[in-house]
Amino acid sequence: MLQIANEDIVRAEAQNLRESPFAIRGLTVSYDQKPAVFSVDVTIEPGKMTAIVGPNGAGKSTLLKSALGIIKPLSGQVTLYGRPVADEMDRIAYVPQRASVDWDFPVRVIDVVLMGLFRKTGLLGRLTGADRKHAMSCLERVGMTDFASRQIGQLSGGQQQRVFLARALAQNADLYLLDEPFAGVDAATEKAIIGVLKSLRSEGRTVVAVHHDLSTVPDYFDNVLLLNVRKIAEGPVATTFTDENLGAAYGGRLTMARIDPAAVAG
Amino acid sequence: MSGAEFVPLSLTPLLIGCLAAVACALPGNFLLLRRQALIGDAISHVVLPGIVVAFLLTGAISATAMMLGAATAAVVAVVLIEGIRRFGRIEPGAAMGVVFTAMFAGGVLLLELSDTSGVHLDVEHALYGNLESLVWLDATGWGSLMDPSALRGLPPEVFRISVVLFLITALLAVFWRPLAISTFDEGFAATLGVPVTTLSLGLVITSALAAVAAFDAVGSIIVIAMFICPPAAARLMTNRLGAQVAWSVAFALASAIVGFVLAGYGPLWIGGTDAVSAAGMIATVSGFILTATALMGPKRRSVV
Repeated sequence: MLQIANEDIVRAEAQNLRESPFAIRGLTVSYDQKPAVFSVDVTIEPGKMTAIVGPNGAGKSTLLKSALGIIKPLSGQVTLYGRPVADEMDRIAYVPQRASVDWDFPVRVIDVVLMGLFRKTGLLGRLTGADRKHAMSCLERVGMTDFASRQIGQLSGGQQQRVFLARALAQNADLYLLDEPFAGVDAATEKAIIGVLKSLRSEGRTVVAVHHDLSTVPDYFDNVLLLNVRKIAEGPVATTFTDENLGAAYGGRLTMARIDPAAVAG
Repeated sequence: MSGAEFVPLSLTPLLIGCLAAVACALPGNFLLLRRQALIGDAISHVVLPGIVVAFLLTGAISATAMMLGAATAAVVAVVLIEGIRRFGRIEPGAAMGVVFTAMFAGGVLLLELSDTSGVHLDVEHALYGNLESLVWLDATGWGSLMDPSALRGLPPEVFRISVVLFLITALLAVFWRPLAISTFDEGFAATLGVPVTTLSLGLVITSALAAVAAFDAVGSIIVIAMFICPPAAARLMTNRLGAQVAWSVAFALASAIVGFVLAGYGPLWIGGTDAVSAAGMIATVSGFILTATALMGPKRRSVV
């Protein structure tokens, strides 16, 4: 009896991993002595928008970077569509934090978007007219076609974020990973970005975003993952994004942050 | 000036100066954008222990052995700098500072402790090179460029720096896109499958190669200046990477040609009698070009 039950569990787990665009089992990452992420299990649902929420230093970006093979975990495994990260990297698109690059770099908006096509062209391939057209259509989706020939340093923060998103769109990925896409952007950009992310979801793609603004979580996302070094909870926003779980994640300081975005704005 | 005078005395130093300047300026563009521009300075210091060790091992001043020693020292330094930067998680400038001062100091000590007093391994030579002495005495005029037996008498530096420049150009052409992407956004480049660490190491090793080949011919002053001044001036002319590299080549060539001519004839024009160091003048001209672009370049940014 016990034997059969175990096999069922193993089979169900294998199925979970195969279907999940991004699954983590027992992940522990440490930059120093202190773990940044401790023994975390996550199973991202396909075709859904998931927010990763938690206080500063909770390991949110670390979790994303584990899916990209950028960081080396102390222990645990990360799979993309049930396979090792290295095998499925061409199915993911990553939008890093805006602060992570040098905006003085001599490159135009359109060139940044074309970087998203590197996997397609490869080392010796050259960019074609069709590639440029595709890049322009990605800029159109984020409303930035007029800025195609600008140097990136001449854009506002929100516009820069939209260019990053257009570059990810150019990659035509199945899983989109975004690190704080709404940080420091204007209202128009926030609306444009969420519109694009929702259209990605309606095309059956999966979106995972590190998110800071608790007040917009229910409007923007289907699922939420609450993290504070350990996993606090994961699941649909309706059942997971509760005061109790938020209290556990933020250590009781959150109620303020949660009720009153208006007070903060005013 | 007639060909009979120009070709044997000025053509080869001018050519070597131009090739060396371009060989350093090309990788300098990427080093500058990666905030690693001082690596040229670092490399020209760290080659000293390499040259001394090569001399101690072979017991003779041979260009090949010294080039090998210098190249080995440069590669050791580059690997150390990258290692310290990555594992120590510190600024590239700090990593370079630690490595090049330590290795240069080691070279000086080695020089003092070993019996090299009778040998001409002096600082002046290392700094200014001997550009003016790279003459082509087998040449009699422009016709010598077609004469195989005269061509055999070309200074060997011409071939060495040509091969290195060709190699650098080819590498840049092949790795242009991954290099540009990873210089702009290393984290993103890694997600595209670009081997960012290898590429970064490859860039500094290529730079080391350029530095050693140029150092051998023209001394470290030009190496340091050409890694930084033409790319920095070029950055102020344009907001596109390809155009920046093209400008940097133009500025490197202009520095080499104008600097060489001014060094040879400038003092005569103002009533002096002797020529001044071509290497020093080339570096000075590149500094003037940078100053001019900093004051008038179309893409400079106001600091206030």
